[in-house]
This record gives sequence, structure tokens and C-alpha cells, in this order.
Amino acid sequence: MAKLTVNGEIIDVEVEVGTPLLWVIREQIGLTGTKYACGIAQCGACTVHIDGRAVRSCVYPASSVSADQKITTIEGLSDDGSHPVQQAWAELDTPQCGYCQPGMIMASAALLSSTPNPSDEDINTQITNICRCGTFQRVREGIHLAVEITNKSATKA
Amino acid sequence: MTQEKMRINRRQFVVGAATTGLGLSIGFAIPAASQQAFGDNKKGPLTPEVNAWVVIDADETVTIRIARSEMGQGTLTGLAQLVAEELECNWDNVSWEYPTPGENLRRDRVWQSFGTGGSRGIRGSHQYVREGGAMAREMLIAAAAQQWKVDAADCVAANSIITHKPSGKTTSFGKVAGLAGTLVPPAEVTLKDPKDWKVVGKPKKRLDTLEKLTGKQVYGADMMLPGMLNASIKKCPVHGGKLISFDAEAVLSMPGVKSVVAVGDNAVAVVASTWWRANKALDALPISWDKGENVNVSSASIDEFLQEGLTADNTFVGNKVGDVSAGLKNAAKTYTADYSYPYQNHAPMEPMNATAVWTKDRCEVWCPTQNGESALAAAISASELPAENCDVHKLSLGGGFGRRGAADFVTQAVLIAKTLPGTPVKLLWTREEDMLQGMFHPVTKARMTAGLDDDGNLDALHMRISGQSILATLMPQAIENNDGMDPVVFQAMAPEGDHAISYTVPDLLVDHAMRNTHITPGFWRGVNVNQNAIYMECFMDEVAHETGQDALAFRQKAMTQHPLALAVLNKAASMAGWGKPAEEGRHLGLAVCKAFGSYVAACAEVSVDDGELTIHRIFAATDPGYAVNPQQIEAQVSGSFVYGLSAMLYGECTVKDGEIEQQNFHQYPSLKMAKMPHVETAVMPSGGFWGGVGEPTIAVAAPAVLNAIFAATGKRIRHLPLKDQSLA
Repeated sequence: MAKLTVNGEIIDVEVEVGTPLLWVIREQIGLTGTKYACGIAQCGACTVHIDGRAVRSCVYPASSVSADQKITTIEGLSDDGSHPVQQAWAELDTPQCGYCQPGMIMASAALLSSTPNPSDEDINTQITNICRCGTFQRVREGIHLAVEITNKSATKA
Repeated sequence: MTQEKMRINRRQFVVGAATTGLGLSIGFAIPAASQQAFGDNKKGPLTPEVNAWVVIDADETVTIRIARSEMGQGTLTGLAQLVAEELECNWDNVSWEYPTPGENLRRDRVWQSFGTGGSRGIRGSHQYVREGGAMAREMLIAAAAQQWKVDAADCVAANSIITHKPSGKTTSFGKVAGLAGTLVPPAEVTLKDPKDWKVVGKPKKRLDTLEKLTGKQVYGADMMLPGMLNASIKKCPVHGGKLISFDAEAVLSMPGVKSVVAVGDNAVAVVASTWWRANKALDALPISWDKGENVNVSSASIDEFLQEGLTADNTFVGNKVGDVSAGLKNAAKTYTADYSYPYQNHAPMEPMNATAVWTKDRCEVWCPTQNGESALAAAISASELPAENCDVHKLSLGGGFGRRGAADFVTQAVLIAKTLPGTPVKLLWTREEDMLQGMFHPVTKARMTAGLDDDGNLDALHMRISGQSILATLMPQAIENNDGMDPVVFQAMAPEGDHAISYTVPDLLVDHAMRNTHITPGFWRGVNVNQNAIYMECFMDEVAHETGQDALAFRQKAMTQHPLALAVLNKAASMAGWGKPAEEGRHLGLAVCKAFGSYVAACAEVSVDDGELTIHRIFAATDPGYAVNPQQIEAQVSGSFVYGLSAMLYGECTVKDGEIEQQNFHQYPSLKMAKMPHVETAVMPSGGFWGGVGEPTIAVAAPAVLNAIFAATGKRIRHLPLKDQSLA
């Protein structure tokens, strides 16, 4: 039995050697917002945060995460869909099928926490997720809009 | 209660009720997101419907039933807009649900087709869904009139409120919906004049966005049921091959493994407590295949097979005007070029999957499908149960692009579930399985031959297509009465209709040498329009250049009889500043076509520096007749460039030893953010017809860029993809 801290909760999990974090999150913890799409860290649909850093959980061994590391999944990004990235995505109707979007949103949120006002070039190099529906134009607009939303709420506060 | 919450609850009940019919208890054991999808089933009986399309709760929630599948293309919201427009309900209270194909069967197909392909979601059902909304409105008005004991003709509905004009009395839809549902529907209804539309034609927000932002949306791959087991599968990697044997003993002791089962005569699956464990055991499972007679087929042998078709005598004729032989003989100048297009996989982000539970008297399936009815047919057949004992519950699709119109994964899931009566089993394919067992965008080649007069007019054109027919493999019965001719092959080159050629050519022949291989073909977003538009639009560019003509002016001369196609072409060209001095190093390329009933054009702006291609901007114009939701059309157009340019840049599935070689995104890349051009879209609905939106634009993506590449480099790319070709 191992312990993982997911979305602020400490959870006991059974981790067989080599089991990727993705499958522990989906099948043991039951949080299915984090998606399986390629299994080889090519597409980013499985992106979660470990201590705020974007990680492709499909190749990240669950056994290498310690209990004091904070895992955040799409379900834990905000309580109510109010993270600036989620707000921006809602405003622009960014998702199409939506399957890649939890990963896209987690990657974008991590980008914004490390680079609060990313340039288009930052977005090009940091957002390397695959979206077969092709939402990139609204993803890019959404990242810029999330910056505005963040700045506005900071001004209000 | 938020709209979002209500919507989820309603669907919770539908799924929950169906599941309870199997005697499964739903609730405590279902984790997290899936809990959202099933709910606790406390809502009680379904609110009676007003009619098949409309359910209105006492709290004024308007639930619109959607028969077609939402896979990202926005059809769900568009169809709801069409119903809501006629219903005169408050759009803010609109929610939606999928009826099941089993209910459709029981009710004499009251929702008609569930098929979601060919960009038909809206254009194939706008009439009857609007009539459904209008009838419901009339029944609601009649109910209010009956309660008030007034003449229904004196009452009007707007924004979910019914008003008796003479007295000014009002009531709401929610208050009369129960009574309305008991009334006889009107024999006929008059639909609104499009100029009076208030909801249709407006850039409404999608109804299905919020769940997609929080991880709550339940896709097929996310399905969980109490006691559910998980399966991973391998089918013979050479299409048409068979399973000989497997050594179950080698993996049965691995953690969580429950069973190893043959699936039909060509696949084997491992069933385990979790999918990860099932797949790990499957990887370790010794399997022996009979790969069959195609084990020596390769891309080179297929290429040779198709090459021979370019000059073969025996062809199907798809479009013939005048006498092309005479036209070419008499031409002042002729010009020929050969093109080819590779196999491509749909590669939706969510791999194929289905969850099934089977008992000796009931079979239920939950799956993401583009055609609920074909999924149901597969479930009925595989379960060997009467049709009325089966049903399919559609879950969100993580992309479809045509692949999910097939039901092979449903058949597999039911066959596996049959080995474990009463236990739900979720079958999820690996990406690798999804790549190998695709239904591929068919390979074709084309030989283009043009004849021009002294003034450089296109007088004669012969387009010889050689290659695979989708229908001959997937639906041979559909072409039996056509002497075996597959009309799909001629998309965008047809004499008339939804896929008519956009040019007038006095002597024209478009013919097809059918060359089918063992690789299973399928309907890939855009279908044969994609290949044909590249052949035609790149060749038009070649001929214009060879004869010293402007690529726009050359097309315009041949398009005078095609005013709507000409209008989108002119629009895309003018948006891009065609004919004006371009920014240093930037070059433009054009493409136009009619597909799926819509007119589309693109003008791409690229630069090539030291062989490095940058696609800066794409200007796109679309005339779908009526534009139900302009902002979703823009999203589809922008996304279509990603799909079309991924295909152009990287999309190639090759064959070696009879097997598809590419197994995952590292070998089959997709366009990412860094390569995404800025797309500017003009939605220009000219009215009077209903065209599709999800597919047409894909076809103009590649030729517009390829023509711009020629303008930049002088290099003609006639064989895709671009990835291994030098532009330096």
C-alpha cells in the first residue's frame, strides 16, 4: 500500500511496479478526467500537475511519486470550473470533442503558473499536446484570455 | 439549480433507468466522474414528453432529444437550436439528451436516422427536427387554450411563455407541458421563414462545453459500472487474417487476470480487474496468427497495383461531358501529371471502446458511436438475442472522424461479455490496436490530363482515378445495382449534386479503375473529396502556371456556371490580398470545391526558408446555405485545417508484410500548436439550401498550401505526405 496526495486528499493505493500514474488515477482513484490516448507521452491527454509542474502521467511510474508530492488532476484544478483557463475556455467555447481538453487545460495552467504572460512563441514551445479536432486557434486565444482574466481579478483584489 | 446540473441529472436518469433494468444496483460503488453520468436514480419517473423531440419539466427545463451523435462538430447544439427556434422556448433553459436506438426501434424510428457521417447531422434532419419543435409548440399552445377555454388561434408562444392575446393572460411551458403531451399532434405545421429566426443563425454557445472543462464529461473510455471488468484486445495484425491459438496459461496467474478469450475467429482478449492489468497480460500473451494470403503485401506492391490502373481499359465512369479523346487530340496544348495519396488512420484521441453486459435475456452496450443504430444492430447480432432485448446507450465521443460509424468494437465487446454473463466488461483498444485496426482513408492515384485551346482555356480534362473503393469493401450491396460502380470515388468531381465539380469543361471524363486491397478502407472525415480536391486543385494550379495564367483568373474563366463556388473562391482570394503585393517572402495558394452540399475555398499564405515551411495564415470562405451556428462553423473550419494539414504534412500509413506499420503518434504525427496557422474564416450563407460543415473544408487545406509551396519554391508536391520531401 502506498499513499498519494491527489487534489488535496491523501489516498491509499495499490501500486504494482511499473504501473503508470495515469492508470492509478483512473482505475484506482476513479478520477477519469485524465485521459488515455497514446500511452507513450506523445499527445498530452494524460497531463496532470505534480507540485505544479505538468507531467504526462501515462509514462510516469506511480511508484516514483511520494506522498508529500501534490498531484493535481483536472478535477482538482478548481472547485467549480473557475480557474482562469477554464473560464477562458468557456468564454471561447474552445473544446470540440473535448477528449484532449483536460490535458490541454492542465498544460496551459502549468504554463501560466511558470510564465504568467506567455508570448505566442512560449505557447508554441510549451503547448505540445495533440488535438485531432484542431482547437489550437481557440486554445491560443484562450491562454491569452486567461492572462486577462487573471489580471482583472488581481486588480479587483 | 444551474442549467448544467439539470442537464446532467436528466441524462443520469436515462442511463440509470436502463441499467436498473438489468438488475444492477447503481450508486455507491461508482467512482467520481462516472457517478455524474449515472446519478443516484432518485429523480423518479421520466417527465412525460410533449413529443418525441421535446420534454419540458415543471421547472421549465426544456430537454431536446438529439438522435445524431456529438463528436466535437457541434451538431448537438445546432440541432437543439433548430428545435428551439420553432418551439419558441427560452434558450437559456435548454438541455439535451440522447434517446437510445432501442427506443427508436420500439417507436417506429420516430427519431429517424442516428447516423452521423457525411456532414449530415443538420442537413439531413433539419426539416423533421424543426417540425418536431413546431408541433410541440402547437401542442403547448393548445393545452393552454384548453385550460383557459379560449381559441388556440388567439394564443402565441415566445420565450417559453404562452400569451392569450385578447385577455393578456399568460402561462408557461412548464405549467402546460403535462397536458400538452396528452393532446393529438397537429396534422401539419408551418415552419418559420428564415428571416424570422432568433436562435438559428446566431453564434450560440455550445450546450456541452462545461463538462469538458472539469473532467466530468464521461466518454466511452471512462465508463464504469459496479463489478465491471476490463478487457484489452489484439486482432490479427494482417487484415483478413485469423487467430490460430494462444497460451492462456502463460498469463492467467498475472495480477488481476480473470480470463483470456478468443473473440470471433480473428482476435483474442484478456479480461482483468483493471485495464492496465489486462493490457499488460495481453502484451505477455503468446499468440499464433494465421496471417492469410496477404502476408507479402507491401506499400510497394500496392503502389504497383494502382499504377497499372492509371492506364487500364476497364473503368467506371463518374462524369462524362463531350468527347475527351477528341478534345485532347484537338487541343493546342496538353499537359499531364500524376498524383497519389497514401493510407491514413482517423486517429481520434479516444481509442475505440465499448462496454457491454450480457445475460441470457438481455444485452446492453454503452459506447461512443457515430451510428447508434448500427451499434445496436451489431449488439443484436453478436448477443444472439431478440432485438427488443438489446439496447445501446451512446456516450460522448472522443472524436470520430468517420471511424466510429463502424461497430466492430461493439461486436467485440459483446462477444467478450457473453463469456461472463451478468458481468459488465469494458473493452478499450490500445492506441496501437487503434492504429493497426483502422478503417483507412483509401489509397488512390490520379493521372490528370488537360487540353487547352489557343487562349489557354481548359477545353478538355481527363481525370483517371486508380484505387480503392470504400463501398466495395464496406457496403457491397450499396453498389450492386450500380454495376459495381462506387459513386463516392467521384466526390467533388460529380456531374451534379452535393459533390458537383466546380468547373465547366467542354470535354470531360472522370473515370475510376477500381483497385481494392486487403487493407480495410473507411469513411475518413472528408472522404474521397480530400484526394480529389488535391488532384484537381493542384493540377489546375499547374495548368495555369504552365500556360502563364494567373491561378485565380484561370479558375474564374471555367467557373462562370458555378456562381456559388466562384463566390467563395473570390472571397478567400480577396481576404488574402490575391493580386496585391505580398509581404517579402510570403506566397499564396488557392483551392476551391463543393463538398457535402457546401461551397468552400481557401487561400494559404506560406513562406519557405532554407526548405523550412511556415504556414502563416489561411483565409477560408464557406457557404453552407444556412449557417445554423456561425461560431461553431468557424470552429469547424479552423479545426478542419488541423486535420487536413496533419494529413498533408505527416499522414501516411504504410504496409509491410501485410501489416500497417505505424503504431502510435510518434510514427503518425499530428499538427501541433507550433505549426498552427492563423485561420480567418468568412461564413457566407447564401440561403436556400442546407450544406454540411464538418468535412468540406478539409479538402481545400492541402491543395491551398501545396499551391502556395509551389509559388514559394517552384516545387510541385504530387505525392503525400510532405514530411520526407525536401523543399530546399
